[in-house]
Amino acid sequence: MKPKTEAELAEMVAGLNEPMRIAGGGTRGVMAPDIAIETSGLTGIALYEPGALTLVAKAGTPVAEIEAVLDAEGQQLAFEPMDHRGLLGTSGTPTIGGVVAANVSGPRRVQAGACRDFLLGVRYVDGMGQIVKNGGRVMKNVTGYDLVKLMAGSWGTLGVLTEVSLKVLPKPEVSATLSVQVPDVTTGIAALSAALKSPFEVSGAAYDPDRGCALLRLEGFAQSVTYRLNQMKFVLSGFGEVTEQEQSGALWADLRDVAGFHSQNGDVWRISVKPTDAPEIVERIQADQTLLDWGGGLIWALVPVGTDLRAQLGAFEGHASIARAEPETIDKLGRFQPESAGISALTRGIRQQCDPRGVFNPGLMG
Amino acid sequence: MEMPTPNPDVLRRKAVVLQRLLQVMPEDAVIHEPSETRAYECDALTAYKCPPMLAVLPATTQEVSDVLRICNEEGVPVVPRGSGTSLAGGALPTADCVILGVARMNDVLEVDYDNRFIRVQAGRTNLSVTGAVEEDDFFYAPDPSSQLACAIAGNIAMNSGGAHCLKYGVTTNNLLGVKMVLMDGSVIEIGGAYLDSGGLDLLGVVCGSEGQLGVVTEATLRILRKPEGARPVLMGFDDNEVAGQCVSDIIKSGILPVAIEFMDTLCIRACENFAHAGYPDCTALLIVEVEGSEAEMNDQLAKIIEIAKRHNPVELRESRSAEESAKIWLGRKSAFGAMGQLNDYMCLDGTIPVSSLPEVLRRIGEMSQDYGLPVGNVFHAGDGNMHPLILFDANKPGDLEKCEAFGADILKLCVDVGGCLTGEHGVGIEKRDLMSHQYAPTDLEAQMAIKDVFDPNWLLNPAKVFPLQASESRRIARIAAE
Repeated sequence: MKPKTEAELAEMVAGLNEPMRIAGGGTRGVMAPDIAIETSGLTGIALYEPGALTLVAKAGTPVAEIEAVLDAEGQQLAFEPMDHRGLLGTSGTPTIGGVVAANVSGPRRVQAGACRDFLLGVRYVDGMGQIVKNGGRVMKNVTGYDLVKLMAGSWGTLGVLTEVSLKVLPKPEVSATLSVQVPDVTTGIAALSAALKSPFEVSGAAYDPDRGCALLRLEGFAQSVTYRLNQMKFVLSGFGEVTEQEQSGALWADLRDVAGFHSQNGDVWRISVKPTDAPEIVERIQADQTLLDWGGGLIWALVPVGTDLRAQLGAFEGHASIARAEPETIDKLGRFQPESAGISALTRGIRQQCDPRGVFNPGLMG
Repeated sequence: MEMPTPNPDVLRRKAVVLQRLLQVMPEDAVIHEPSETRAYECDALTAYKCPPMLAVLPATTQEVSDVLRICNEEGVPVVPRGSGTSLAGGALPTADCVILGVARMNDVLEVDYDNRFIRVQAGRTNLSVTGAVEEDDFFYAPDPSSQLACAIAGNIAMNSGGAHCLKYGVTTNNLLGVKMVLMDGSVIEIGGAYLDSGGLDLLGVVCGSEGQLGVVTEATLRILRKPEGARPVLMGFDDNEVAGQCVSDIIKSGILPVAIEFMDTLCIRACENFAHAGYPDCTALLIVEVEGSEAEMNDQLAKIIEIAKRHNPVELRESRSAEESAKIWLGRKSAFGAMGQLNDYMCLDGTIPVSSLPEVLRRIGEMSQDYGLPVGNVFHAGDGNMHPLILFDANKPGDLEKCEAFGADILKLCVDVGGCLTGEHGVGIEKRDLMSHQYAPTDLEAQMAIKDVFDPNWLLNPAKVFPLQASESRRIARIAAE
């Protein structure tokens, strides 16, 4: 099903008599059910005001189209959404609705915030086929409950997004990256923490165990970046040899998309933890390969097919979700971290309210 | 302002409820004498008052849980209260309610600089969160004007903002996790000292839910390293439209100032008379603040001043010292006090798209003529969050009603140009009945359905946020079921 308007979508949903998969460009790895409601017919940028830092687009609008329009005005989606195609081996065109539904955020998450922090408003069709709007197109809005945040990261289970409003930000004039050679993950995380604790506005903080280096990104006006690079070299000097990296843009695009895992076989997990817990967690899981982003708060782990990583993790503060695995593994282990009984009762209740017939992405979020 | 009729059955059982609360709470934490409950009769929206049936001041999450469980069993409405600084009536009691004040829960539980968070009890004041980390050069970013008094619990309930959220975001962008008690007494934890909780974003919907979903007892908050320095520039214009264009041009240039504040003539004059900040006498005044090292600030301010000059400012004054910076901010920060010297006032909180600024100011001016009530405008221009201050005389019969009608017209205008009713104060009772202007019945239904999940009996702060008519069937169903 590929509706061309929101009204058409609402009518289709109201008439549904079987569960559907909700798909934007189909690049984010949701495979079941076979039949889908596709939002790729709902496209177009409805409003863009660079002076107000706001953009409103239909959910099926390609991310690339939005990025091109922003780029022409020297602006960007500051949350730096990842492109999942390389990691998941999917094809298709990533849509802004898909980005929002999966709350996809890249390395700048650690400084600027997640996709949900930039989402100002939504329109969606709920499981009864009703059109609902929440939030708006202004940056400060506390009018009623914030269903905007609830929709971000709900993976289509509460409603089919039809339109999203986003806060955008100026694109930095310059991006520069420092690399610190460190002996181990503990030192790596300590270096990232030291950098993030400094007043020098780090916009990317990753640790690559394969290269044995911590990577720090600084962005802004040229003069400011030069100044902060020098200060940062001083901050990092106690942790290892500091060098400036070429090609800062490409480097962070690769980190964002976990490019190092693309050609590797195995399942990929995403673990969110308190950064200083990361070294012990990395030790505990003994993955084939890891990559740490968000100052150590996000661990990407490559493990043998079918591994129950949560069993290896045991009790920990945070959450682990499957980014890439066979459908059987996802069915068996669940894509998302199991919730406590109290939280699970609430999320079930909310899903029941929004989609009482259970027609949207059933089973995806529990 | 209409409030639901108190439930006579609840009032009749006051002694029973009191007895049960005394079994789980120390005597000094349960307030029941009418002479004492009066202290909780209103919040900062002082035009509306109603003493609660009882007030409790729990000191632990367990006590909060006991109180809520008992009230749930007894069918007694509960109105949570932080420090009582809500400008929207968020903590206004009803005669049949128990006020649950979290002020006694104000400890710092954990400070972690390596992971950049602080965990506090929710009754702690906003400013004292920063106070706990300031010696080590850290701060908590959201800075509502009432930050000296307001509690984190209330900040979370209203998703409070402040002058500096253009750069740092509002409460929801700085909140990592909460411990919260639901109306049935169960205790849940959402999120924690890590990013993006996984599963549905319950934290996102709890923040800004105005005490209607649960009572937050502990919060994990993001803290940030203080910038090396901050410096404002003041600029005056003789035309609102030009000032608005200047704001837009600054933002488009790629600079993201930490704050852009706007004041109109009436506010400028009132503030100048009150605080003697040395403001120019002009139509529109902007205060733009940047942060960073000395060189970085110089660089950004040079760019900003170059843009401002293209708009023929009547005044352009860059701060050259800490004293000058303080003086520039002094006027702005005393705006509410200064307006209070002129008369009683009502402070509004609508948000508009920045591009609509000149039109909205013009229309507000016209309405001011029609209503015969003066209005001053002071607002966070970078994000379009307006605070029109309508002056009226509370002792003059009919003036309050006229002021309310004028305020409602301004807020409707904000919605009509693509904005919203409230940017940082919350709906409370003040904007409750205007919600239908911004949201269709299905939109309100979708929101109320969330409360059904968290608080099926509609006992937590039930008469707020939603138009009484819209929430009536849910509130009545609860009473009928008893």
